[in-house]
Amino acid sequence: MSPSEFEFLKKFLKDRSGLVLSNDKQYLVESRLLPIARTSKLETLSALIQLVQRGGQRQLEIDVVEAMTTNESFFFRDKTPFDHFNETMLPALLQSRSSQRNLKIWCAAASTGQEPYSLAICLKEAAAKMGGWRTRIVGTDLSQEVLEKAKAGLYSQFEVQRGLPIQMLLKYFEQKGDMWQISPSLRAMVEWRKLNLLENFNHLGEFDILFCRNVLIYFDQPTKVEILNRLAKMLPEDGYLVLGAAETVVGLTDAFQPVAGKRGLFQRKSAASSLGKTSARPLFASSGTGR
Amino acid sequence: MKQCLVVDDSSVIRKVARRILEDMNFEIAEAEDGQQALEHCRKTMPDAILLDWNMPVMDGLEFLTSLRNEDGGDRPIVVFCTTENDVAHIARAIRAGANEYIMKPFDREIVEAKFQEVGLI
Repeated sequence: MSPSEFEFLKKFLKDRSGLVLSNDKQYLVESRLLPIARTSKLETLSALIQLVQRGGQRQLEIDVVEAMTTNESFFFRDKTPFDHFNETMLPALLQSRSSQRNLKIWCAAASTGQEPYSLAICLKEAAAKMGGWRTRIVGTDLSQEVLEKAKAGLYSQFEVQRGLPIQMLLKYFEQKGDMWQISPSLRAMVEWRKLNLLENFNHLGEFDILFCRNVLIYFDQPTKVEILNRLAKMLPEDGYLVLGAAETVVGLTDAFQPVAGKRGLFQRKSAASSLGKTSARPLFASSGTGR
Repeated sequence: MKQCLVVDDSSVIRKVARRILEDMNFEIAEAEDGQQALEHCRKTMPDAILLDWNMPVMDGLEFLTSLRNEDGGDRPIVVFCTTENDVAHIARAIRAGANEYIMKPFDREIVEAKFQEVGLI
């Protein structure tokens, strides 16, 4: 693959899906697209990219975008959101919900389950501080197929090695032949529902924390705004919204506000305004805060 | 630059690991078995060790146990990298002082994830 082919691919993916491909991801392109080249009877990756570049290959274009954007999910993916969960969200909510002792979390793009299970692991690790608490984790995705996999909680050796510390593997998984299965007590902590974010989701109820990472990037601006505004109605004023590292609400909606110094973390505007007294933070920042 | 000692009796594995780790900005040293690795550590204690289990002369577990008894041998971060992929082996390695554990086959992403996990990158 030549540099100009890689450049073309970067622009193509950005235009089609919003996916931003950094220059160190050449190996990812190879591992994702070579299988497509092979099934299309093309000898090289270059041949595949040139064919896409020439235009008019609709199915091929779709295949390329899907192969590159399929959210390959890791346990504790990107790490930071889980640090925010353990260090910011959980302590705050353990305090503010101490009379109800009830915590509800929604993973809105649960994919094959790694994110909800990672959160279930965080809650297990915090169990000493959560005696008598009731927790509910709901994982939704628009694909029934990935939800079935999520529910089974069976992961390949490759999948359990990305992001999951070995101690956690020993503690929370059982070996099943070539696969590793998340333990029954963790599986019991998560409910799974098929859901398209474009449709009404009020019936899910109210949540304290909402993970919605790397999914809005696939929608156009007006749809993003509309979804964000509906998501805001699912959260109480002191609830949290977690977006992907490269995502923001700034310039899209006033319903949420970045939490200062916490990349990817947002609160309902009114709540965020009354919190965060510790740091000077522009209320209407046009660029991200707390870099 | 941090040094990583790659210990594996397969030259192919050593080469693959070298390529990945050099891209992660490590200076690489190689050893073909535990004995060679121990001799290297006595001369220069590396920052990290990527360690195979089954090797002739001295295997990985024996090496790790000896290393942890050496002067300064508690310092290197040891990441096992082996085809032994059952709970019993993993638990034994951790008890012997391994910091992380990679089950072969591995790829670049796994090495990166594991090295990140133990704070090497």
